Amino acid sequence: MASVRLKTFVPGPAMAPPLVSSGVIGWMRINLFNSSLNSVLTVVALFFLYKALPPMISWAFLDAAWLAPSPEHEGACWAFIINKFRVLMVGLYPGELVWRPMAVAAIVVILSVLTVARKLSTRLLIILWYTLPVVLFFIINGGILGLPKVEQSLWGGLMLSMGLAVVGILLSIPFGILLALGRRSRLAVVRTLCTGIIECIRGVPLITILFMASVMLPIFLPQGVNINNLLRVQIGIILFSSAYMAEVVRGGLQAIPVGQFEAAGSLGLNAFQTMVFVVLPQALRHVVPSLIGRCVALFKDTSLVIIVGLLDFLGMVKASSQDPQWLGYDAEAYVFCAFVYWIICFSMSRYGRSIERRNQW
Amino acid sequence: MVMEKKMDNTPVIRITDLNKWYGNFHVLKNINLSVANGEVIVICGPSGSGKSTLIRCINRIEEHQAGTIRVKGMELTNRMKNIAGIRREVGMVFQSFDLFPHLTILENLTLAPCWVRKMSKKEAETLAMEHLERVQLKDQAPKYPGQLSGGQQQRVAIARALCMNPEILLFDEPTSALDPEMIKEVLDVIRQLAGEGITMICVTHEMGFARQVADRVIFMDSGEIVEENDPETFFTHPQWDRTEAFLSQII
Repeated sequence: MASVRLKTFVPGPAMAPPLVSSGVIGWMRINLFNSSLNSVLTVVALFFLYKALPPMISWAFLDAAWLAPSPEHEGACWAFIINKFRVLMVGLYPGELVWRPMAVAAIVVILSVLTVARKLSTRLLIILWYTLPVVLFFIINGGILGLPKVEQSLWGGLMLSMGLAVVGILLSIPFGILLALGRRSRLAVVRTLCTGIIECIRGVPLITILFMASVMLPIFLPQGVNINNLLRVQIGIILFSSAYMAEVVRGGLQAIPVGQFEAAGSLGLNAFQTMVFVVLPQALRHVVPSLIGRCVALFKDTSLVIIVGLLDFLGMVKASSQDPQWLGYDAEAYVFCAFVYWIICFSMSRYGRSIERRNQW
Repeated sequence: MVMEKKMDNTPVIRITDLNKWYGNFHVLKNINLSVANGEVIVICGPSGSGKSTLIRCINRIEEHQAGTIRVKGMELTNRMKNIAGIRREVGMVFQSFDLFPHLTILENLTLAPCWVRKMSKKEAETLAMEHLERVQLKDQAPKYPGQLSGGQQQRVAIARALCMNPEILLFDEPTSALDPEMIKEVLDVIRQLAGEGITMICVTHEMGFARQVADRVIFMDSGEIVEENDPETFFTHPQWDRTEAFLSQII
């Protein structure tokens, strides 16, 4: 074959995108004024903001009384919140022992940071997270290591809400996984049982479960067996949440291609190893957004425990606003309540995002 | 290409009167097949002919309903211990690679040696690096499967199977999901293994490869083995009209 000199291919240069679609003007044009309807909606929305924002700002900040209630301020009286702050946070927990809930909060925060920081192995993190409920209980409850015991009737406020939520989330995830696996089991008995549990719990409102746990359960328990109210409520929350977690996890399990099971099997991994090392890690990563959604929902659901006489954060807000010495500050109380719930829920969803990023592969 | 191979005639796989149904559909009909130690067998045939099903029966990814499969004298039954024993001897490479996407390449390779062979992490990693070297992907060890090309992923899948040190390797259309540019790199690795004396059964449509590498070519259609012969005879003088029709379409 005669040698032919080939031409050398050189790719053409890449060009910058057109200016109309970039920059502030471009952004506004694309997002706010891209059609006549959208332009009208943008103007209307701006008008409402113009009408609503200034009075809100002056109520909440400019005209607000911060340190003590004073008649010359027409806005909010944040002094009420400052005065009630401890009760809202920890309920009737003794003032000199408040460092204990604070220590618990610090532990939870540190552990959360460690979880996304990728410094510790997954196994160690799981062990740490699951010793947390025990540690949390003993620090708050006391009665060991020379810590004075604090009666559970004194627990309340945000501390109680957070405690119920954290323990509820931590325990309902493994139970949810077990229920989800059970529902996909090949054994008809296990499958029917798990499906039954999930559907029964999902078919009932949380309030009903809390009532059952608080009022009905003691009637059914044998004489002499006495589980205290808080524990019963916590179990009710865990049961309720497990059923929902199970369905979320099942969704993740269904996304795993059958090839993954076959590949694991062909390498000699048994069913348990396949589940733990291959399937679950992938399935759970798929459902992190929905799991976080369930956690946020669970945290907000804990406000229902007021129905069975526990004074959680919302309960304390309500009780404080009815204090005869501080009447007429409901607005401040509930705005603060909403603000705190929002901060916590928003943080949880941001935290969820960072877990997703940690898990990208 | 001439290959010197050790091959003795003791069958490592012996399949007798194998039958399998999917519901009412008879996918495998009276299959009889013996595979000698070190033999390389290529199975070809039109899609739906049962060739993948056949090799998937050998490590019990599919269950058969009648007949016997013996691998190194062990009969495949429903006993978990038995299945585990056979899966330890038989490696498999799939059409869609099926690497574990949440694990790095290195972790993909060490998972089974650590948990099935109970190796220490360090031993398993040394072994894994040796096999990655063999498929020329040593530098990819810390990456995730999603970061590799199809051809690289399939070579990792081969290395992953090799890490369990199997005596028998099953390939289920290893190059069917690959871009044409990547088929060669995978076939080269398989060719190299074939030269090293591992017993192999390979389902493939790569006829050039079959001709070079196979000791025996098997043609299946409608769940039956129609024809089996050495590659030379198979490709130049097929005995059955069905085989000839198939070959004329594919080559």
